[in-house]
Amino acid sequence: MEKFNVYAARLLPKEDFVATGHRACQGCAEVLAMRLVHKALGRNTIVASATGCMEIISSPYPESAWKLPWIHIAFENSASVASGIEAGYKALMRKGRYPERKINIVAYGGDGATADIGLQFVSGAMERGHDMIYVCYDNEAYMNTGIQRSSSTPLGASTTTSPSGRQSIGQQTWKKNVPEIMVAHNIPYMATINPSYPFDLHRKVRKAAETPGPAYLHAYSCCPTGWRMRPDLAVQIGRLAVETGAFPLYEVENGKYTINEPVDEFRPLRDYLKPQGRFRHMTDETIDIVEARLHAEYRALQAKARANQEEK
Amino acid sequence: MAERKGMEVSIAIAEAASVCDVDVVAAYPITPQTHVVEHLSELVADGELDAEFVPVESEHAAMSACCGSAAAGARTFTATASQGLALMHEILFIASSCRLPMVMVVANRALSGPINIWNDHSDVMTERDVGWVQLFAENGQEAVDLVIQAHKISEDKRVVLPVMVNFDGFILSHMIEPIELPTREMVKEYLPPFEPAQRLDIDNPISIGPVGMPTVYTEAKMAGEAALRNSYGPIVEAFDEFGEKFGRRYRPVETYKSEDAEVLLVTMGSISETAMSWIDAKRAQGEKVGLVRFRMWRPLPTQDFKKAIANAKVLTVIDRHFSPGGAGGPVAQEIKYMLYGDEKRVPVVECVAGLGGRDIEFEDFDKMYETSVAVKGGAPVPPFELVQVRGGHYGEV
Repeated sequence: MEKFNVYAARLLPKEDFVATGHRACQGCAEVLAMRLVHKALGRNTIVASATGCMEIISSPYPESAWKLPWIHIAFENSASVASGIEAGYKALMRKGRYPERKINIVAYGGDGATADIGLQFVSGAMERGHDMIYVCYDNEAYMNTGIQRSSSTPLGASTTTSPSGRQSIGQQTWKKNVPEIMVAHNIPYMATINPSYPFDLHRKVRKAAETPGPAYLHAYSCCPTGWRMRPDLAVQIGRLAVETGAFPLYEVENGKYTINEPVDEFRPLRDYLKPQGRFRHMTDETIDIVEARLHAEYRALQAKARANQEEK
Repeated sequence: MAERKGMEVSIAIAEAASVCDVDVVAAYPITPQTHVVEHLSELVADGELDAEFVPVESEHAAMSACCGSAAAGARTFTATASQGLALMHEILFIASSCRLPMVMVVANRALSGPINIWNDHSDVMTERDVGWVQLFAENGQEAVDLVIQAHKISEDKRVVLPVMVNFDGFILSHMIEPIELPTREMVKEYLPPFEPAQRLDIDNPISIGPVGMPTVYTEAKMAGEAALRNSYGPIVEAFDEFGEKFGRRYRPVETYKSEDAEVLLVTMGSISETAMSWIDAKRAQGEKVGLVRFRMWRPLPTQDFKKAIANAKVLTVIDRHFSPGGAGGPVAQEIKYMLYGDEKRVPVVECVAGLGGRDIEFEDFDKMYETSVAVKGGAPVPPFELVQVRGGHYGEV
């Protein structure tokens, strides 16, 4: 399984399958994550896209940034479309009407398409056990329609439908934990990834591809436009998200938890929040509450990983 | 010739999909379609049909998975009804726009509310504009035959569109009828293995479903319109070839005792057979009455229809759905559209009947006929009417 223990930039594949010239914003770390995911997956891949930023920036007819077979049907259903592609090729290969070969079937969607409108579809595809990968590119709001809150928006973030105001702290609810919902589906592989950690991302994508059955990847995807921050800080903010405990990197293989890039001592959450305009209004009191809860969640994750360690 | 056996129509439809050797069935249960998908999953479980049965979590997912499967180049089948078809609504347009061949049977059932599981055409008529080929069966044998022909039409490289086969819920779906089920060998001659015009292929990557900006959207719509209109020829060819091979000949517009009829009934689906029995009774009394029915609803077979009604003095259109607050029944609307440019326009008596599973009986036909005869005699054409409603109409608006 572990064929890719050592990574260095020059050892990664040179070829990209998401071409340059797409129309993403400056500093978009979502398209960066997507490019890295497909670098890791390689040529034998079929992609089902949800409606969203990654769809519109990559496919304004007659242009396409995709060097792979790619299909977009609608917003909420890329997981179901991928189920159909997988079932189709499975039947055709079994019936001898298409040569036997390993094809990575990948569906992707943003956090709105995954955590909100498409949750049922992702759940169905994962539960049915299709041999496919679902990637959620989580930029923590509906960015394509203009920065509206989703259930994946973190507490306190100001969006156009959870604006901060005299009576509001911004987003009033805690970020929905979709990775854990996917783990609860008993799928063989679930991992969180972050393009600021490209080698960790590469290894996990390869692992997802080599895992028979469904795999789910949850990609932290910095959106400078929606997060109201400098585009040149996109990669740096991704590292701060891990170092402050805001977005832990971990993987769950057949129920066994491992924390990647473990954090011994958290950096102050303020270092992560400060560069982002969406958190500008947050009071010290709210920040303290958020920080305490993030740390508690991280400890819970550590406990699960430790329990698995002891079992071994 | 295949053997004639008594079987439930839903089972026969599943068997028809099976003799077509479909590769993928993605479906979700809904009354009155359930027996179709139940039997298909049995056929797969018993190894009689080599296919992937994808038991999706909703009809929306069923249609979405069908899009994926068709895009992979697999022969794809699904079935639904009513609320299930309504839930698919969003994706139906995209399936046709992306030119994804597949076959869906719809066990026509009333839309909620109030919730009602019985037959009318409100489900299919609200999906009129989805860009699919739409065909109607009036009995079990026709439903079976149309499923086989639908795959041929859908996969024809001159068509490459999804095809919907409508058959009436309960009245047909749960009826046991003598059915002649063609064998797999016979069907294979008529319907060779699916060779997709294009597919999601790792050796030849294409993008399906890109963004259509205002600069190309109109042209994309025109391309879909041309594909659907031009499917008429290949559909008739598929009907003719089926007729030669299997001995049952289908036509876009079917007629019954229509040549000399002064009052012509226009129907779709299973009430056509009741209408024929009623016509026989009327003919015995010397009344000049006949029937025209649409087998093909999309593309709309305008020329065939106008030819079929050329001698009629009055058309009595029986709709199984109507547009609330609007222009009456959808079939009557489209007939009026077809007739509008004619120099001598035949009057259209618009009747809405058989909603939510209410039987249309001889007395109902008598009532509609009475109005039609009055119109033939020069009486003014009444506004559209829910002929079976108790307590009368709402009055003046």
